[in-house]
Amino acid sequence: MNVNIIETRGLGKRYGSTWALRECSLAVPAGHVAALVGPNGAGKTTLLNLAVGLAEPAAGTVTVLGGLAAGSPAALDGIAFVAQDTPVYKNLAAAEMLHLTRNLNRRFDQPYAEARLAELGIPLNRKAGKLSGGQRAQLALTLALARRPRLLVLDEPVAMLDPVARHDFMASVMTAMAAEGVSVVLSSHVLADLERVADYLIVLSRGRVQVAGEVDGLLASHRMLTGPTAEADRYAERPVVHVQRGGAQTHLLVRASADDPVPPGWEAHPVGLEELTLAYLREPGAGALPGPARAQNTQPSEVTR
Amino acid sequence: MDIDKATSGGAGAAGGVPPADAGGGNGSTTPSGRPAAASPIEFRLDAASGVPTYLQLVQQVEHAMRLGYLKPGDQLPRVRDVVAWLAINPNTVLKAYKELEVKGLAAGRPGQGTFIRATLSQVALPELAGLHKSLLGWLATADGAGLDEDGIVALFTSALRDFYKRRGSTGARRGAADGETEGIA
Repeated sequence: MNVNIIETRGLGKRYGSTWALRECSLAVPAGHVAALVGPNGAGKTTLLNLAVGLAEPAAGTVTVLGGLAAGSPAALDGIAFVAQDTPVYKNLAAAEMLHLTRNLNRRFDQPYAEARLAELGIPLNRKAGKLSGGQRAQLALTLALARRPRLLVLDEPVAMLDPVARHDFMASVMTAMAAEGVSVVLSSHVLADLERVADYLIVLSRGRVQVAGEVDGLLASHRMLTGPTAEADRYAERPVVHVQRGGAQTHLLVRASADDPVPPGWEAHPVGLEELTLAYLREPGAGALPGPARAQNTQPSEVTR
Repeated sequence: MDIDKATSGGAGAAGGVPPADAGGGNGSTTPSGRPAAASPIEFRLDAASGVPTYLQLVQQVEHAMRLGYLKPGDQLPRVRDVVAWLAINPNTVLKAYKELEVKGLAAGRPGQGTFIRATLSQVALPELAGLHKSLLGWLATADGAGLDEDGIVALFTSALRDFYKRRGSTGARRGAADGETEGIA
């Protein structure tokens, strides 16, 4: 399955005179959990809405599921979308939500949905408004999965959930991926959770793609160098992403592989997804993209501690 | 996605049965709960360790083999179950199992799962006692020189890293991991 589950070229969306997203070119391969990260207002929800066909591009193109136009009937059949805060109709019972979703979609696996709710201990006659936050999220996820999608798109699914509900929700999503091969694209601010699930990372900043790539590749191509502050400026020509400067000791997050030589007196450490993501979020000018867009990170601003 | 090798038959999932039931038996798994264990071990994750998730799984299998919890023929937890307990990406579990296969410690059986196929034995006992004794001698010297316990650990770790680096492996961590598997029978 070497198709791109989402592919965008020069994609842009404008609200009034403001570009919420511009010049966005991405190719997210199928079979991954792609995490979409960025500050509020960076364009995450806009990108997801364009991919699922809830918004029309102002520029460029977006295709899904290996080349289908976003929003086309075939694309809609293969994608399930859970919007921010997992909304459900509070006055409808779980069974009525199933009925509604079944009638609004061409494909809906009623036995699967009922069995899944039974497993979760969610009574069919309970009104959605009377469910706990975790149960509401699981109900919304069940409605999405029962459509048997090839791509599951989740916009900030766990932001409102307590730690146990968050864990259980992500476990459900990962189980669907393991059992049915669903590809997942999700936006989240909870970096610690993403570290466990994401194997593809997209960082958006000010409406532009800042970082995109497989997590393994990104981690293998970044290192944290720790050494004397007096020598930190020597690395001005290296692709330094982020500088953390102390009086005597400085940490530099650089683009370098494990085989690159470490300067004498400096230590190199591998970085984790959370550390890498935070560094890029703090340096909106730095970028790590596949292809020629790579060379844009030269002068990082500096954080002095 | 190539996941069937490590999970049970595909008929259940295709037939509209919830994924967790495909294991058969009483099938009383819930997304948050745990199924009846088919494997002698269960994985845990230490988020604070800084060790990549797949490597934690590999190390826990090796550890369990060394301590005798896992023997040849034993089944490793099914990908689907690991994913449901730990809420991690199935690709991560597949990567760990692939690494164990590459090391010759485990093998996948199509449609069944991944099984242990080797034993990890330590260095022979008499030799171990000798090594232990010479290390104690070194520790006494380090203590005499004024190093405290943390200092000794730091020095030893640094020397160990240098040793494997000098032996020409690709990196400190990789070198240490390779060293641990030398005793495959």
